[in-house]
Amino acid sequence: MTKRRRDVQEAAIRAFFFTCGILAVLVLLGIFLTLVATSFPAFRQIKLSEFFLSTQWDPTSPEKAEYGLLSMIASTLMVTAGALILAVPIGIGVAAYLSDVAHWRVREVLKPVIEILAGIPSVVVGFLGIVLFGPAIAKVFHVGNGLNALNGSILLAVMALPTIISISEDSLNAVPRAYSEASLALGASRWQTLVRVKLPAGLSGIIAAVMLGMGRAIGETMTVLMATGNARSFPHGFLTAVRTMTANVAIELGEVPYDTTHYYALFAIGLVLFVMTFAVNLVADVVLHKYQEREQ
Amino acid sequence: MKKIALIALASLTLLGGLLLGAKMVQIKGSDTMVNLVQILAEEYMGKNPGAPIAVLGGGSGTGITGLINQTCDIANTSREWKPKEIDQAWEKGVTPRNFVVAVDGLSIVVNEKNPVEQLTMAQVGAMYRGEIKNWKAVSEFQKPVSLYGRQSNSGTYVFMQEFVLGNKNYSTDMKEMNGNAQIIEGIIQDEGAVGYVGVGYLYDETHHVRKGLKVVKISKEPGGTGYVPTDKAAVDSGSYPIARPLYMSTNGKPKGVAAEFLQWIVGPEGQAVVEREGFFAVGEGKYKAANDKNFK
Repeated sequence: MTKRRRDVQEAAIRAFFFTCGILAVLVLLGIFLTLVATSFPAFRQIKLSEFFLSTQWDPTSPEKAEYGLLSMIASTLMVTAGALILAVPIGIGVAAYLSDVAHWRVREVLKPVIEILAGIPSVVVGFLGIVLFGPAIAKVFHVGNGLNALNGSILLAVMALPTIISISEDSLNAVPRAYSEASLALGASRWQTLVRVKLPAGLSGIIAAVMLGMGRAIGETMTVLMATGNARSFPHGFLTAVRTMTANVAIELGEVPYDTTHYYALFAIGLVLFVMTFAVNLVADVVLHKYQEREQ
Repeated sequence: MKKIALIALASLTLLGGLLLGAKMVQIKGSDTMVNLVQILAEEYMGKNPGAPIAVLGGGSGTGITGLINQTCDIANTSREWKPKEIDQAWEKGVTPRNFVVAVDGLSIVVNEKNPVEQLTMAQVGAMYRGEIKNWKAVSEFQKPVSLYGRQSNSGTYVFMQEFVLGNKNYSTDMKEMNGNAQIIEGIIQDEGAVGYVGVGYLYDETHHVRKGLKVVKISKEPGGTGYVPTDKAAVDSGSYPIARPLYMSTNGKPKGVAAEFLQWIVGPEGQAVVEREGFFAVGEGKYKAANDKNFK
């Protein structure tokens, strides 16, 4: 092979990989611009103050079409917060168990099993919400039915757990051995070493894990659509039906006539969701980088 | 070699014939009608092989959008087309023709533990507008009313809003379910529940009203005689106040398999299936006259 030919080949391969790399950026940019362009016309009809501050959403109302997103923003945040309250302690506990307590044989089995949990389709999780968690919640809390925010939170916790466990465990494992050895040598117990040395040392990784789990929970659609009852009112509590932003887009996009205010408004909801998940992921990324830099 | 070529040629012709000759009739729309039309299609295909028909749900609004965008051949709708939808259809060169294929008694259903036997139209409307919040306002039952309904892409949602709620907004506390079957499941579990479903959804496989449900008698005026939607005579005579025609809509005069299928449905064999599935036959009155006109 001549040198010239090899150079051409080299350049072609370089170009190929560059295209692959840049493609992801282009897709992201394309999605963002499409969202902005399609949501913009909505605000010719809807006041920004109504969109973000009114709790009434009823675009097909025979009385007066209303486009207030506040109830759904509150529902999304509530379901997500509930999911994190459930998933974070369990997730960190499991991660600590895997990294510090479990016998290596147990860990070899447990870790893949937890990762498989991440692959369960969301429609299956939603189905469990309807037939398993729903009736159980109704019985335990003496409410008429279990299609409510709590059900959604439990299911989203289940879905966020694998992410939280897996990344937290990695960050605990990345804490240098010298730290825990020093701690143990000073006479600290294993519990003290775990809680006062390893967890603080791995904290930035754990925070990143929680943020990534949160990003997953905010954007999840099918599960909450099936399990939360989809009432449009402002949430009165964890035991009442709520409708998240994602569920609303899924419900209404199928029938909305194209190029109407309602249609654009649904894209505006998409934009709000995009900005929220983007912010969460960005924070997670920044935190994760900080901790990787420090490790080096 | 020759042999292989021959086989290849033969299978290609066969495949081509399948693709070209037997064009699938696509039917989309009302969730209330999806089971009925599915069974009609199966019986029809059993008798007429080579007439493939595919039936999908999604809601009346979805079916109408599908016919306008020409992604289906027939739209099932449990409500009339809105003037806005007809305008959109005309703009795209689609001229809808509506065939009444069955009559539905829209059923108001409660949990069997609820002692209420009869409600007026006004009471049902007030419940769904959120004005009556506890069953004690209409009976001796002390329990909050738990509203179950459909989503805005449903024809039944729109029909209820027009004819029972008096074109007013639904209560935002209404749980918005994906379909009739989900409403039924919710009511069976929830003692304070009230819901609305197509009459065909009241029955189990043995054609009895499902266990755990109670069908409420509906009267037009306070103190008037109440009727149930399972009473054929009451629905036929118009004594049951919320009966409605179920439509199948085509773009222009139906042709080919679609036309033959529609003719079969409104004929004696199809109408026998309609009655067997719990809905009511079209009869000889004004609906039949309108259908005959539309076939020409």
